[in-house]
Amino acid sequence: MHMIVCVKQVPDTTEVRIDPVTNTLDRSSAPAIINPYDSHAVEEAVRIKEMHGGKVTVISMGPPNAIEVIKRCIALGADEGYLLSDRAFAGSDTLATSYILSQGIATISRREPVDLILCGKQAIDGDTAQVGPGIARRLGIPQLTYVNHVAGIDPARKEIKVHRKLDDAYEVVVAKLPCLLTVEKEINELSYSSLPNMLRAVRFEPKILTVADLQADLSMMGLKGSPTSVSKIFAPPQRSGGEICSVEQLVEKLLELHSNEKC
Amino acid sequence: TAIRLTGELANYQGVWVFIEQREGVVAPVSLELLGAGHQLAKKLDVELCGVLLGDRVSDSVNMLYEYGADKVYLVDHPVLHFYRTETYMKVFVELVKRYAPEIILMGATTTGRDLAGAVATDLATGLTADCTGLDIDGKQRIMLATRPAFGGNIMATILCKNHRPQMATVRPKVMKMMTPNPGRQGVLVTPEVTLQEDNLLTQVLEIVKEHGEQVNLQEAAIIVAGGRGLGDRAGFQKLCFGLAEAVGGQVGGSRAAVEAGWIEQKYQVGQTGVTVAPKIYFALGISGAIQHLVGIRGSDIIIAVNSDPDAPIFKECTYGVVGDIFTIVPKLIEQLKEKGGIRCA
Ligand SMILES: Cc1cc2nc3c(=O)[nH]c(=O)nc-3n(C[C@H](O)[C@H](O)[C@H](O)COP(=O)(O)OP(=O)(O)OC[C@H]3O[C@@H](n4cnc5c(N)ncnc54)[C@H](O)[C@@H]3O)c2cc1C
Ligand SMILES: Cc1cc2nc3c(=O)[nH]c(=O)nc-3n(C[C@H](O)[C@H](O)[C@H](O)COP(=O)(O)OP(=O)(O)OC[C@H]3O[C@@H](n4cnc5c(N)ncnc54)[C@H](O)[C@@H]3O)c2cc1C
Repeated sequence: MHMIVCVKQVPDTTEVRIDPVTNTLDRSSAPAIINPYDSHAVEEAVRIKEMHGGKVTVISMGPPNAIEVIKRCIALGADEGYLLSDRAFAGSDTLATSYILSQGIATISRREPVDLILCGKQAIDGDTAQVGPGIARRLGIPQLTYVNHVAGIDPARKEIKVHRKLDDAYEVVVAKLPCLLTVEKEINELSYSSLPNMLRAVRFEPKILTVADLQADLSMMGLKGSPTSVSKIFAPPQRSGGEICSVEQLVEKLLELHSNEKC
Repeated sequence: TAIRLTGELANYQGVWVFIEQREGVVAPVSLELLGAGHQLAKKLDVELCGVLLGDRVSDSVNMLYEYGADKVYLVDHPVLHFYRTETYMKVFVELVKRYAPEIILMGATTTGRDLAGAVATDLATGLTADCTGLDIDGKQRIMLATRPAFGGNIMATILCKNHRPQMATVRPKVMKMMTPNPGRQGVLVTPEVTLQEDNLLTQVLEIVKEHGEQVNLQEAAIIVAGGRGLGDRAGFQKLCFGLAEAVGGQVGGSRAAVEAGWIEQKYQVGQTGVTVAPKIYFALGISGAIQHLVGIRGSDIIIAVNSDPDAPIFKECTYGVVGDIFTIVPKLIEQLKEKGGIRCA
């Protein structure tokens, strides 16, 4: 089994501040971390490797300092890592991002065919959950999104069986390999990194792939390859602030609402 | 109303809503989107269409007219019994190519997001995720799609200027359904599509309902949610469940309460939990972190009880009581009981 996990470097959104004057995002205020869902995707791939043998490759598209999240994945047990980094990638929306990542995956799989691709359910900064389906479509393979359990893999029949989380239920699905999963956090508990993996991570240097390495079409990436554009960014509207009252006053208000609203 | 475009983009007209259903039951978000889509279609002076895919689902068509659809595209086929990306995408993309809508809306549910991501990639067009606001810029004839990003810390308005259709997924419970107009009629279109079970790569074996009681926070009229301020499991039980019982509400929790193990994850309200829109939302001992607030902004009335007068929840609430929950909530329960209460029928 050769598995590729897509991991994204994101700002820790609990620490993100918005500049109240310029209404822009002050990214410098927030530490960069691995997208939390993606570490669960790496963990799952490593577990599958332990059961079925094979190899776990991680790829990330991002600026040069995204090397750090790849190292983090090595510590979690990944074998190989690639960073897709090029100025031409900047400003990509999800359509362009999925194009670049799928070109990266295609490049890697020409040497080592890929059986399974794993992504996080969504990234905590862009929050779109669109990149996984985008990659699957471009590669023409099945997508299984919101997976919270891998029930089994049959390498001989080239099949995977998973549970997909639905709003009030889960669905049991079988798909042919190769396919792409996007995973929920409940899929596993992260294990502690082993000492050898931690040591390997310290010294690890990912391979860097640029536009030239990907044989990619420049018009399909960056701002040019992105049909969506952000026209305005603003702070979420705040309510003016609540009316502070006593318990007695609150009870009055509730009773009043009750009689008016027939609730 | 909006200007007319010229050139290639002018070939795309009409607003489409993907009608999500499971076992024939239409998802409420789809009806909400017909409401939102109606507003957009009016501004563009075009028709509003529902796209209903499934297996023996034609019974729902009339309801879609009643909720605002002028036209319904219905593809009814056994292969479409369960939602599968590969089949739904194939049919949907084929319809788009045949009938060329300018806007497509889908619910930001697991199914809607799964389908939208695949369809937009296939059509090589723009898709705005998880919107909370939609409008039309009439001068450019462009949809303005507004959405929270960065964990709710910012709002962004996103455009798709040069590609059609313009696509968006929209959060449940933010758009308003129209009051149904009984007997309202529309046009039914049943396009022929070829579908075969052979050669499909995915197969749904079963759908398993989560056992345990049904939680439907999204539909609840009153929610009593508790946070870390409740101190421990016993406090959560007594005050949060106690008040919920007294007012006939559903219990929810902040992530801190879920992580402490006082309540299961499926009851978590917020960015990584459910988005709710009750008539009344009680926040007991919840500080009001942005990730929590983004999940409750659709509530009509928010009532906060917190001992810290500077807690961010007080900026967001309708009514706030400052003080210790352990004295305030029992008093509240008692007085409500005395005065006959607000329990819904
Ligand atoms: C405010 C704002 C709003 C935006 N809104 C939209 C929008 O509505 N539509 C749109 O098309 N674009 C939008 N974008 C652009 C979008 O955020 C970027 O294209 C982003 O790089 C990918 O989307 P995401 O973060 O939402 O990833 P998601 O689709 O949520 O990520 C899902 C998974 O894909 C993989 N993945 C994603 N990115 C990478 C990467 N760089 N490297 C490796 N793996 C990755 C990971 O496994 C991740 O868990 C927006 C950007 C901003 C700043
Ligand atoms: C990516 C991401 C996603 C997240 N998603 C969610 C989400 O979906 N939902 C969510 O809720 N959180 C989410 N969080 C976590 C969020 O940032 C907060 O940490 C969390 O909401 C805090 O929960 P809380 O308000 O219960 O606890 P705290 O912030 O600790 O607040 C406790 C409050 O109780 C008050 N209090 C204490 N004792 C008393 C007393 N005796 N009487 C009255 N008041 C008292 C305190 O003044 C305080 O305001 C997310 C975080 C991240 C990073």
